[in-house]
Amino acid sequence: MTTFPERLKSLHARTPDRVALTLQFSSADDLSLTLDQLLHGAASYSRSYARAEIQPGEVVILILQHGEDLVYAFWGAILHGTIPSIMPFLTEKLSPERYRADLAALISVTRPSAIVTYQEFEAEVRSALKEGDSVREVIVTEKVEKQSKLDFNSLTGFQRKPGDIVLLQHSSGTTGLQKGVALSHQAVFNQLNAYGKSLALNEKDVVVSWLPLYHDMGLIAGFILPILSGAHLALMSPFDWVRAPYKLMQSVTKYHGTLSWLPNFAYNFCAQKIRDRHLEGVDLSSWRAVINCSEPVRWESHNAFSEKFKSYGLRREALQTSYAMAENVFGVTQSQLGGEPVVFEVDRGAFMSERVARAPTDGHPSIKMMSSGRPLENVQVKILDESRNEVADRAIGEIALQSDCMLTGYFHRDDLTEKAIVDGWYLTGDYGFISDGEVYVSGRKKDMIIVGGKNVYPQDLETLTSEVPGVHAGRSVAFGMYNEEEGTEDVVVIAEVDPEDPAEQQKIADAIRAHVTKNSAVALRYVRAVDSKWILKTSSGKTARSANKEKFLAELETQK
Amino acid sequence: MEDIVSTLQKQIAAQILKQPNRIIREDEPLISSGLIDSFSLMDVALFVEDNFGVRIEDTELNADTFDTLTQLAALIDSRKK
Repeated sequence: MTTFPERLKSLHARTPDRVALTLQFSSADDLSLTLDQLLHGAASYSRSYARAEIQPGEVVILILQHGEDLVYAFWGAILHGTIPSIMPFLTEKLSPERYRADLAALISVTRPSAIVTYQEFEAEVRSALKEGDSVREVIVTEKVEKQSKLDFNSLTGFQRKPGDIVLLQHSSGTTGLQKGVALSHQAVFNQLNAYGKSLALNEKDVVVSWLPLYHDMGLIAGFILPILSGAHLALMSPFDWVRAPYKLMQSVTKYHGTLSWLPNFAYNFCAQKIRDRHLEGVDLSSWRAVINCSEPVRWESHNAFSEKFKSYGLRREALQTSYAMAENVFGVTQSQLGGEPVVFEVDRGAFMSERVARAPTDGHPSIKMMSSGRPLENVQVKILDESRNEVADRAIGEIALQSDCMLTGYFHRDDLTEKAIVDGWYLTGDYGFISDGEVYVSGRKKDMIIVGGKNVYPQDLETLTSEVPGVHAGRSVAFGMYNEEEGTEDVVVIAEVDPEDPAEQQKIADAIRAHVTKNSAVALRYVRAVDSKWILKTSSGKTARSANKEKFLAELETQK
Repeated sequence: MEDIVSTLQKQIAAQILKQPNRIIREDEPLISSGLIDSFSLMDVALFVEDNFGVRIEDTELNADTFDTLTQLAALIDSRKK
């Protein structure tokens, strides 16, 4: 067994001048870094952490945007033996007050010793600090001195043990922010070994990614996996990609990309929004796996992507699927490379009402379910009913897993860890079934909304809605609604309000949209302010999200 | 200019906000307010190109280039000439 610093050292001893990472920017040239350059940059940060007397085993939070500093600050923390955790940077639309409150909450649970950020953001970060909290130092990137020599012996990260926590991964969403998944060196390497095997990963691989590093898919598949495996990573910012999705294709062409991971919506987004003029000279024939992960996977999305890009060298069998989560470091399953993911056509009625997947009887409506693949060799998956008994093949239940790459725990939240891990099995909260060894994911146990790969809790959106004047507390409902065209969910908020005048209701709807948008990670698609008694409640007075969703869908239909 | 504003306003209200009757004021912030999210920004650019024959580059899809209907219409108008 090994540790991150040991692996970096041995890669460096073998091929110091190999390009490990290419950073891409919207209005600057690509910056390629050899492993030697990467580690020199990282060592500068290690030294800064040492000077600030940040101890190995303590947590450092990185609030940085895409670029060299983020990369150096992360690997510098690793070489110093501190535990890095990347937090999303403040975006244009998010309210600074909300951001500050989230940061303060994160600090109170995670208890970091230091925060790294830019000089111009330092005041913002300091405003979230409180007298007596854990933060001893705000390290400003501009003041980090460049290191000219790389001396592994002086780096304290080499004293870390394989079982020690190496990093924290915070899930997105306001409630989730306080839940940091703690992973050990050993867990990450166990994942990389098993997942790498299923991908036949090798040093000739080139990973191309635009995924954010504060998300598990971006952090593990789009950052740590290529760097620790000795592959080449070409990395761009998610903000650049969303405005110019064609850059992913251009990057694959330029660097002969072989592997990429995308959430389902990105297949639709790329298929619909890229203009042919941006694809001149594009050659996607090097892509051996484009892996659909982190949102429910849709066969239709693969079709659209394949149709759009097949004339640019994309092979249909390159389109793959995976089921992954931070609690297992990353991958739980992977479809078998070289062929297409298995598609199982199931009877819709039986699927919805009997909670079982079986082939449709003649003429019955069906749904095409795409498999997320088979469990990795180090992962066991089973499906449980509500009493936590294992169910038969093709019966739908909660997905549970066990592996040698599970989380150490939710950091400083033993209560949550205890709830999530029962008898050594991690209860995922996802619904699904197994058929012929293939795992199919069909939904979430809780009403969580997954939009564009981000997880959002409807409770958080409902709380925010209640803060808007004119809306009654407890009289709003939020849910996700699958949008076929976009390949992801649209977020809907419905709130009961006092005024019955449509113009007044419209004003409140606008206020809800503005408030929720500024205070959450998502943008709302449908916002409705409605008369009282619109929202359906259960007999116990709880808001029934699915019943309200049905009602809203029916209203939309009649308006068509 | 007024035609451009009204075409844009109808499109954004109906297709992005899903509220065809919503009046968008000419000076109402669209991007910095989050009314148009980053995924929908591309739709605005594609719509402008298809309807007005004017290109908006990806690096221009931000509140610094345009944040209101008036600013977007002015940008379109200046490029049509």
